[in-house]
Amino acid sequence: MAAFRGGDAPFCLGEAMDKDTNELMTLGTMAEEMSGAEMVIRALKDQGVTHIFGYPGGAVLPIYDALFQSEGIVHVLVRHEQGAVHAAEGYARSTGKPGVVLVTSGPGATNAVTGIADALMDSIPLVVLTGQVATHLIGNDAFQECDTVGITRPCTKHNWLVKDVNDLARVLHEAFQIASTGRPGPVVVDIPKDVQFRQGRYVGPASVRHRTYRPKTEPDLAGIVKALDMMERAKKPLLYTGGGIVNAGPEASRLLRELAALTGFPVTSTLMGLGAFPASSPQWLGLCGMHGTYEANKAMHDCDLMVCLGARFDDRVTGAVDKFSPGSKKIHLDIDPSQINKNIRVDLPIIADAAKALKEMVHFWKSQRRKRALLGDWWAEIEGWRAKDSLAFRNCDTLIKPQHAVDRLFALTRGRDVYVTTEVGQHQMWAAQRFRFEEPNRWMTSGGLGTMGYGLPAALGVQIAHPDALVIDIAGEASVQMTMQEMSTAVQYGLPVKIFILNNRYMGMVRQWQQLLHGGRYSHSYSEALPDFVKLADAFGCVGLRAETPAELDAKIVEMIEVPRPVLFDCRVDPDENCYPMIPSGAAHDQMILSDAEDTAPVSEAGKILV
Amino acid sequence: MQKPVERHTIAVLVDNEAGVLARVVGLFSGRGYNIESLTVAEVDHAAHTSRVTIVTSGTPEVIEQIEAQLRRLVPVHRVVNWTLEKPGIERELALVKVAGTGEKRVEALRIADTFRARPIDTTHTSFVFEITGSPAKIDNFVDLMRPLGLADVSRTGVAAISRGPEAM
Ligand SMILES: Cc1ncc(C[n+]2csc(CCOP(=O)(O)OP(=O)(O)O)c2C)c(N)n1
Ligand SMILES: [Mg+2]
Repeated sequence: MAAFRGGDAPFCLGEAMDKDTNELMTLGTMAEEMSGAEMVIRALKDQGVTHIFGYPGGAVLPIYDALFQSEGIVHVLVRHEQGAVHAAEGYARSTGKPGVVLVTSGPGATNAVTGIADALMDSIPLVVLTGQVATHLIGNDAFQECDTVGITRPCTKHNWLVKDVNDLARVLHEAFQIASTGRPGPVVVDIPKDVQFRQGRYVGPASVRHRTYRPKTEPDLAGIVKALDMMERAKKPLLYTGGGIVNAGPEASRLLRELAALTGFPVTSTLMGLGAFPASSPQWLGLCGMHGTYEANKAMHDCDLMVCLGARFDDRVTGAVDKFSPGSKKIHLDIDPSQINKNIRVDLPIIADAAKALKEMVHFWKSQRRKRALLGDWWAEIEGWRAKDSLAFRNCDTLIKPQHAVDRLFALTRGRDVYVTTEVGQHQMWAAQRFRFEEPNRWMTSGGLGTMGYGLPAALGVQIAHPDALVIDIAGEASVQMTMQEMSTAVQYGLPVKIFILNNRYMGMVRQWQQLLHGGRYSHSYSEALPDFVKLADAFGCVGLRAETPAELDAKIVEMIEVPRPVLFDCRVDPDENCYPMIPSGAAHDQMILSDAEDTAPVSEAGKILV
Repeated sequence: MQKPVERHTIAVLVDNEAGVLARVVGLFSGRGYNIESLTVAEVDHAAHTSRVTIVTSGTPEVIEQIEAQLRRLVPVHRVVNWTLEKPGIERELALVKVAGTGEKRVEALRIADTFRARPIDTTHTSFVFEITGSPAKIDNFVDLMRPLGLADVSRTGVAAISRGPEAM
């Protein structure tokens, strides 16, 4: 399967085999007898898994025992199951491989739910293994029982409760296949404790073929050619790219660059797609949507052809749907057919894996000797918008402006192998706007669910996968406290992540909305008490640094980068800064607020009810 | 701008595995779609498949999303919209209990006869009628029984199939 990059085990080799042939043909050997717990470990190995993130408990003790007795899989012990899932997300997003989580029943499973929902919204491949009470106790309100498959059904791509040990190996292999192919997503395999103890038959990945699951990955070539016809004729085209390009693998990003070079089209991206197209390219317009750049959003509004590649017309991108890009024809490439016409009606859908579709687009553009449209007027218009310099801010020499801090962080990390995660809030948007990515898989953020507390554990997962890289969580002081305990994990495993906290003492994004929408009534968005992050770092056994003035900022950032240990960096920034540009809820792309001077623009009553 | 709401009958062929109905129903409740009726039973024991027939309503955009979201469910083999794709036949079965004596009782039996509803349980003071037909016909019958002592109604929901030789 195309998008599967989680190991070297091939799927779908043959037709479903009956039990007898299956037994003979499994990986060319006889099927092996082992316990359910041993099967879990064996299946992980056969799937190429090298790292798992987890937390033990009564209902997974047999699996932890099997893990103890085996070699080749590194288990990272977190401090809260939510952290395990976000770490697995960071691991997955930065490698393209599925992340694996192991947690116990009941509270272990419910603690994991936030991360699972997060992964579903952002299409992150995860295999989450949960322990369950013994089969004869299910439904009895047993100790640490919860209906894990019931709770996770709406927030997984698929899930299973495995009641028969002889189904376990097959289900585990199907779980990896479903998580990592098609539109990736999280899956949960719930394994009762008695099933973990019971002996059964292990089958390898090669003999597993799912009965119904067949994602369509190959594009329809007529659609590709039609798309190129539209692209060749367009006068004001735009490539609107998203996380689907990142999920389709590095080849998709390479092909996107080639397509952009061939066509000369301007490129914008969603939050999830950053890095698929290099920010250094003159064709790059920056982030689009609610906090996107003026030029990106104006281009979205005024274009005559929007080529959406692996994005989903999310409400953060479209703003008011009835005013969204009113004059354009729209092409939508997506691997998930349910995304077509969901929010915005499109003129030409292409259902395919982004890398495969882009490959055909590039191929036919060349082989059919397509001509680059004359886009001079369009580019002149775009340059006019770009000249507004919508990300500009008024710097200050007494207070650190958060934008300045991100700019300095970016500048001082050049020449290094950098991965960035974020929490959720203003700092996330400043990072997205200002930290310029050149490659995919370098930017890990919670887009769809907007989960505060994502960035710190995600950074651990990234660092596990890339031990020598510089991994930075651009954080907010409120968000980071939600999963702060994972600093202890960072110390235990010697993961030198840099938690760069833009500390404005406010839930800044909440404060900004209260300022714009609720008459400046700052209801419960200020943290009257905050920990001393430097002392906290000390308590965790990592390094604490603080910068309070612009003058000391650079030296402190350099110190943070150079110390080979985990760092909590308390960067005290201007508490009143707002994040612009901003398209207020319910407004159209040509109604952006660019600065505080304009923030009197009233938000409509209809807009207020939107999030 | 809001398009008119239409009624559609959608058949979903699913792998008959644990929780599959919860997936289908949870999809409808989670995404705010309507279910007017839902019928489900195993249709092929050997192949382990069940057929879920759902009568739903929504704008054409919503109906398109319902079908696409159903196809996303992993254990789903096929989704067919009998209202859009193929001319389908729909039938529903209902058991209708009418209690009463005298003139009303006679009238109930007379109307049942014109609807080809069969009495399948009879006492001196009640009938249970079995009636099959389109949901509209059953609605009609139930309405007529109301003033005649309607006591209870149990309906199966719609079963649908295409006309002609082809299978779903
Ligand atoms: C788990 C969770 N709870 C609540 C929210 C709502 N929310 C969005 S941004 C935000 C404030 C974040 O504050 P901080 O981390 O300090 O970031 P800042 O906006 O100040 O940069 C809140 C409360 C959320 N996104 N996630
Ligand atoms: Mg803050």
